[in-house]
Amino acid sequence: MNRQQRPSLLVPPSALATAAASRRSFLRSAVLGGALLGSPALLAACGGDDSGGGGGGSTKTVKFGVNEAKDSGPAYQRMKGFADAYTKKSGVKVSANYVDHNTFQESINTYLQGSPDDVFAWFAGYRMQQFAEDGLLTDLSDLWPIDGMGDAFKEASTSSDGKQYLVPYDYYPWAVFYTKSLFDKNNWQPPTNYDDMVSLADEMKGKGIAPFAFGDKDGWPAMGTFDILNMRINGFDFHMSLLGGDEAWDSNEVKKVFETWRNLLPYHQEDPLGRTWQETATSLAKGEAGMMMFGTFIGDAIPDAIDDLDFFIYPQIDPSIPADSLDAPIDGFALASAGQNQDAGKEFLKFLGTAEAQDAANAAADAPMIAANENASQDSYSALQLKSAEVVGAAGHIAQFLDRDTDTDFASTVMIPSIQDFLKNPDDIDGLTKSIQEQKVSIFGS
Amino acid sequence: MTTTTPSTTTSRASSSTGPTRVRRRLGVVDRIVVVLMVVVPAALVLLLVWLPAFGSVALSFGTWNGIGGLDRIQWVGFQNYHDIATIYPPFWPAMRHNLVWLVFLFVFPTMLGIFLAVILDHEMKFSRFYQTAFYLPVVLSLALIGFIWQLFYSRDQGLINDVFHTQVDWYGDPKINLWAVLVATAWRHTGYVMLLYLAGLKSVDASLREAAAVDGANQWQTFFKVVFPVMRPINVIVLVIVVIESLRAFDLVWVINKGRNGLEIIAALVSQNVIGEATRYGFGSALAVIMMAISSVFIAIYLRIVFREEQR
Repeated sequence: MNRQQRPSLLVPPSALATAAASRRSFLRSAVLGGALLGSPALLAACGGDDSGGGGGGSTKTVKFGVNEAKDSGPAYQRMKGFADAYTKKSGVKVSANYVDHNTFQESINTYLQGSPDDVFAWFAGYRMQQFAEDGLLTDLSDLWPIDGMGDAFKEASTSSDGKQYLVPYDYYPWAVFYTKSLFDKNNWQPPTNYDDMVSLADEMKGKGIAPFAFGDKDGWPAMGTFDILNMRINGFDFHMSLLGGDEAWDSNEVKKVFETWRNLLPYHQEDPLGRTWQETATSLAKGEAGMMMFGTFIGDAIPDAIDDLDFFIYPQIDPSIPADSLDAPIDGFALASAGQNQDAGKEFLKFLGTAEAQDAANAAADAPMIAANENASQDSYSALQLKSAEVVGAAGHIAQFLDRDTDTDFASTVMIPSIQDFLKNPDDIDGLTKSIQEQKVSIFGS
Repeated sequence: MTTTTPSTTTSRASSSTGPTRVRRRLGVVDRIVVVLMVVVPAALVLLLVWLPAFGSVALSFGTWNGIGGLDRIQWVGFQNYHDIATIYPPFWPAMRHNLVWLVFLFVFPTMLGIFLAVILDHEMKFSRFYQTAFYLPVVLSLALIGFIWQLFYSRDQGLINDVFHTQVDWYGDPKINLWAVLVATAWRHTGYVMLLYLAGLKSVDASLREAAAVDGANQWQTFFKVVFPVMRPINVIVLVIVVIESLRAFDLVWVINKGRNGLEIIAALVSQNVIGEATRYGFGSALAVIMMAISSVFIAIYLRIVFREEQR
């Protein structure tokens, strides 16, 4: 699973570095004095058609907006694989517009309101629902059910109106990673319940190994721990409605999550706020830490240790809540309602969801993705990917990760600093949750 | 003046068909040129500075997520300002950090820069080499500097902790990361100030020093009583640069941790709220307006100094 684009060293996923040029950011940076941000105009219009060939409304061309820069590695190769396979199969020309991942994400609002491509790559979750509610996406419910995709995928592609707006193509689960060599050497077994996990952590601590490798300099990695604790303690439905803005953050449920986390903090590496996720992964690979709650793209930071890695799903905490939900962000394709060629776009999307298309994408790339379609071939998968597919296939519910499951403003301007505050000062849970709630009301309006 | 005189003479001599050029009053073409020279920059300033500035002030009284037209803005009065001051935890730390930044930049790197300039001004061996070495960081972008210093400061893999066998969390501990960042900024700022003063020192008339020496002044007295006051224009420029640099401090903290966890500064907060995917345009504009108000105070002071200078 290759997610190198998401966690680049300098650019966390949801809070964004560069200023993409748009009418609004132009105004903003002008106010800031120009020189302050001094950002050159990037991606003036990502609706630009880089092949130059596509004649606007022709039924023989469909425009394809891709959130990968040209020649940027396997992720790009897979996108090109999708496009080439469709052209070969249907004779329809796919005019692809390749844009750097973060740039694409940062300019998405302008892009969708300008002249977007017909089909574009995006994510499942609240970030998709917001666009659907604002009428920026076309209803795709007539493409569902998709052969080879279960209910969890359908749920993740569904907006608040009960209709589907996404065709998933890959995902990458979050789980507890460990190195087999360290576990074998000490004769440790992956824990199956919370108490086992804590006693294993005690044993690791006794040997001078930090039980959990932990870093949150980038702001988002610790969200993974919050998500899983909330899902295990309060259940999937509460987690989703909390992130959707329908629950209070100063409730006892949320406080319990932070309390549990506080009790676990002594088992986490010290000083997480100065450590990037790559450095965190390195300490796991070096055996300085025993476990790490992270996404499967962890291997990108420690390619040499990748064969030594294995993972287990975060164990059950509350016996009344099954441990069958997890974070597994799903990437998918959507149809922009401002796209010129709705019918051709839908036809293309129908193809993109098939096992055939996802196989073609994997065949075109040096490293495969975990295809969302369970009928896709798994021949090229690594051991970690095979296990990921198995685990996600068995999951009852899939969450998309905090920054994709809630309002972006809330995730980046409230939750990142709040979680970092908690890690600095884990004892003031009442003050923390009160502050989050006040800011949540200010952003969500209720 | 000396350059225009000959051309006027030649045009008078060579042509009798263009009497308008000789007159004191401006000709049509000249008038158009003058009007254009006034109108075009004025329009640009209006369009690029004042319009966005007032747009920002207007936006700061509403909430808008950037989707849909301007008619979807909800006007909320002073709510954003109220929220910033009451329930937005990073705001007051940010104000404090900007102030610390200003004082620090003024005290340490500026003084050090002057000191280095004075030393390098004495024709010493390898002075070119030292000049280059001290000035080199100025050429690097702050973003790159953040990256370079990450290699020093990293807790687990950084040079400093490795050499001294310490475990200080330079960038992560909110009690010290601001100072760590300020050292990195100073590394760059010192060279900048040094170069400005070096240029200033070179332009000081040597006879002034000789006169001071003849009057029996020692090195200290010569510098503080004669040379330093003569460099007044440079002093004003450096003062302004320090203020500007500390207000627009942004790149370094943005590269390090996006201006969070001990590194909150106003410019980074504005960016967090409006740049990229985040779309709190009203809230971010309110922060920008606060920043603009603070800048205006310094701009007003600067302009007063400049105008007073001109009146003399």
